[in-house]
Amino acid sequence: MPAAAILGKKIGMTRWFMEDGTNIPVTVIEAGPCVVTQVKTTATDGYAAVQLAFDDAKARTSTQPVIGHDAKAGSAPKRVHRELRLENDKDAEGFTLGQAVTVSALDGIKFVDVTGQSKGKGFQGTMVRWNFKGMCASHGTERKHRSPGSIGGGGTDRGVGPKLKKGKKMSGHMGDERVTVRSLDVVSIDTDKNLLVVKGAVPGASDGYLFIKTPTRLYKRKARTQAGK
Amino acid sequence: MNRQLTIEQTLSKQLKDAKSFPPFSVGDTIDVHYKIIEGDKERIQVFQGVLIAQKGRGVNATITVRRIVANEGVERIFPLHSPRLSKIDVVRRADARRAKLYYLRERTGKSRRLRDQRRGLKGLEAALAATDTVAAEAPAAETAPKGEGKKKATKD
Repeated sequence: MPAAAILGKKIGMTRWFMEDGTNIPVTVIEAGPCVVTQVKTTATDGYAAVQLAFDDAKARTSTQPVIGHDAKAGSAPKRVHRELRLENDKDAEGFTLGQAVTVSALDGIKFVDVTGQSKGKGFQGTMVRWNFKGMCASHGTERKHRSPGSIGGGGTDRGVGPKLKKGKKMSGHMGDERVTVRSLDVVSIDTDKNLLVVKGAVPGASDGYLFIKTPTRLYKRKARTQAGK
Repeated sequence: MNRQLTIEQTLSKQLKDAKSFPPFSVGDTIDVHYKIIEGDKERIQVFQGVLIAQKGRGVNATITVRRIVANEGVERIFPLHSPRLSKIDVVRRADARRAKLYYLRERTGKSRRLRDQRRGLKGLEAALAATDTVAAEAPAAETAPKGEGKKKATKD
């Protein structure tokens, strides 16, 4: 199955009733229509990929490079451009410059990966950011109830020098980063209104931009579901 | 595009027709027919109680029904648009001067009862008849008598 992708905008969450009467939490995404603004092949770029653009931007607020780039595809300037890496040039042949990509590109696909920018949480301590347990509430603990504890002695992690191991989990800025949620169930596709309904939550706030693509690797249970379809 | 509107439109197919329920309001004693699935068997359970709260809009609309089972208060929250909720019957209409009757939780004995609505079931039957005519004359809905029933039906 060649990779398929689409750009979208998160609209919000609601509930969805299944045929058997159970209801599930779902996210409604306004997916596409996108425009193919560039097709990359091994001959021209050294790898195969297709660039999609989504959401009209005002020409007045767009930069000349963007206006020029999108004009090549015969499109008005767009706000978001994302690239979908393809396996080989053969996959890229399916795309032409200026081609419209709608949510019907995901027809028949059961699971998708959704990438977005998560909500910013500000500066957070280790308990919130890394799920540390903090310290005792009593037993003589004073003013250290939420502290991370020891971060390592001289050279314990690295072996040399008075430095910490890289990537040591500490307090700091949380959220507002690129997050991918893998293997979300596709619940419904509305080709008339360009809407995609997926099960569960997706990163970011409403109106945030999302990149939706066929899954790179499914979770085991979902892979079984797909195999046994 | 208006976000909330888009969501509502997306779910419009999931919504039940407003006329699929009789006009009911908070304070009424109702029968809720709810499908129970046991293995591959399906049966309908009837839960009778006082409607103490209506919450949510659109597909999220729920009703809270309270009844007393073996001297113990039991409250169940039903999603109104769930395919499992097959039917609602109004057994008794009562006057409620609040939108949420949570105060009934504190009450015991006779004070638990609500005052019957003056029009009683007679009014309900008339209301039901009105909705039936509206359903039958769908195109002529505008001209249907603007009685109590129609008003309630559109509200619910």
